[in-house]
Amino acid sequence: MTDTTAASHTAPGTTARGLVADDLEVGYGPTTVLDGLNLTLPAGAFTAIVGPNGCGKSTLVRTLARTLRPRRGAVLLDGRPLTAWRPKQLAQQLAFLPQDPVVPDGVTVRSLVARGRHPYHSPLRQWAPGDDEAVAHAMDVTGVTALADDPLAELSGGQRQRAWIAMTLAQDTPHVLLDEPTSFLDLAHQIDVLHVCRDMRDQGRTVVAVLHDLNQAARYADHLVVMHEGRVHAEGTPDAVLGGDAGARLVGDVFDLACEIATDPQSGTPMVVPLARA
Amino acid sequence: MTRGSRALVVLLGATALLVVVAVVSLFAGSKDTGLTDVLPVLAGGGDEYVQAVVDSRVARTALGALVGAALAASGVIVQGITRNPLGEPGLLGVTVGASAAVVTATAFFGFTGGGATVWVALPGAAVAVLAVVTLGRRSGSESVVPLVLAGAVLSAVLGAYIQAMVLARPDVFDSYRHWVVGSLAGADLQTLQAVAPAAIAGAVLALVLASSLDSLALGDELATSLGVRVPLVRGAGIAAATLLAAAATAAAGPVAFVGLAVPHVVRALVGTDHRWQLPVSFVLGAALLVAADVAGRVVARPGELMVGVVTAFVGAPFLLAAVRRGRVTT
Repeated sequence: MTDTTAASHTAPGTTARGLVADDLEVGYGPTTVLDGLNLTLPAGAFTAIVGPNGCGKSTLVRTLARTLRPRRGAVLLDGRPLTAWRPKQLAQQLAFLPQDPVVPDGVTVRSLVARGRHPYHSPLRQWAPGDDEAVAHAMDVTGVTALADDPLAELSGGQRQRAWIAMTLAQDTPHVLLDEPTSFLDLAHQIDVLHVCRDMRDQGRTVVAVLHDLNQAARYADHLVVMHEGRVHAEGTPDAVLGGDAGARLVGDVFDLACEIATDPQSGTPMVVPLARA
Repeated sequence: MTRGSRALVVLLGATALLVVVAVVSLFAGSKDTGLTDVLPVLAGGGDEYVQAVVDSRVARTALGALVGAALAASGVIVQGITRNPLGEPGLLGVTVGASAAVVTATAFFGFTGGGATVWVALPGAAVAVLAVVTLGRRSGSESVVPLVLAGAVLSAVLGAYIQAMVLARPDVFDSYRHWVVGSLAGADLQTLQAVAPAAIAGAVLALVLASSLDSLALGDELATSLGVRVPLVRGAGIAAATLLAAAATAAAGPVAFVGLAVPHVVRALVGTDHRWQLPVSFVLGAALLVAADVAGRVVARPGELMVGVVTAFVGAPFLLAAVRRGRVTT
């Protein structure tokens, strides 16, 4: 269960570090959602995946997190297909927070965060050394330590989301995937979560989040991936993707929305301002 | 006090309770045997008749503890896997499977109950659970609803079959009527030896799965990303719950209520962590069942009440207490 075994299994010719989607085709039943998608996620950066409803953002992030199996192609982590990893070994590399996780009734914040340690347990060792420290640290950096013994169900939406993120942090992985972590939160809590994402990146993690708000994505992410109809329409830094007339054209093409691109007065990043309708 | 140290205190307290009720169980019964009668026997001598009585009480206490522990832990697993607070071992078809097998053997093969019941009830329970799992499996489905519905369907069908048989031939079902309530009256060491392997296998499997069951409670997607092989863990969990409940049911008949109530009481005491829930449920389930059996022997002297009748009366106050504290959770 060390990195050396991972490295020794690396297929020849595919030495890329980090997460790579290679010619993915993913669908449900007769519908194909992703069709021939290729993507390399920059290591150590905060990547935001954006796009209109139904473009396949969630499908992509769930496939990257191996909760969906592609029909064709593969997701590679450090050059090795996810399916070739042992599940717990992979879970020590890659954490995923789904959009709508099940809240066990009566679960406390501490008990929830502790479940992030499962990848380090084995059938004969259900408590691992370092569990307590990792749980305490994860609760500390997400600011939920004071809530540790409160039932999750009694917390506000923002506190609850922090607790879930603390659980993925307790998993202590270099890669963290989040499916719409800011949805259903009020604006202050959305900004809060985006700061937590940035902090995770500052600690050296690769963070990938599906986001809805283009301006927030441009302001907080290092790298934007714009999805449209099951493919990557554009990717790059926020300035390169959304800046100037090209950015306005892209929003028109992808979201079918007429807009101009202004500059965020605080961060200097591009800001999408929809045109007034007559 | 942290959750872990609190749970440890609960576990030690429950163990002390179990020791107390087990000792009482050796002394109390429909035949009144005092300290002065029993102690010499335990020391390896004493009156021969009292010796026989105490021997049977040892077997009975041990079997009662096994049945209670197995049913309680089975309930914990079933409620966890189905995410259903009303879950109990019967949900998987264990009870109706064992009962239908006993009824069939009685009606068609001249089976008269007794020690051989184990070898009829165990396979009956196993076959019923296999049928439920097969019917409830839908490829690619993440929901446990099909499993629960399949269990309900099988219970209804087999329940009707049992009713029809018992109504058609009431004369041959005297031993069945006693078995189906749940009783430890015929308990002997042979029965204990017959069911212990299944119960121990189920218990070990359950303890090994504890951390995985905690992850599974967060939904299939999150469990997968935590490194859980979801279908494997769910299947193994059902196997563990079946082994435990089938062993208990084969030994003492379908004892009601323990598998439903004890998990709720345990959660109120130690929270949602399966790594604590399972050990505590073993001990608390054993204590409840032995206590119920003692009560059944004492209140109806010189006869006795069957343990399946008493468990509900003894267990209900605890379940209500857990409800009223607002701590009943899944």
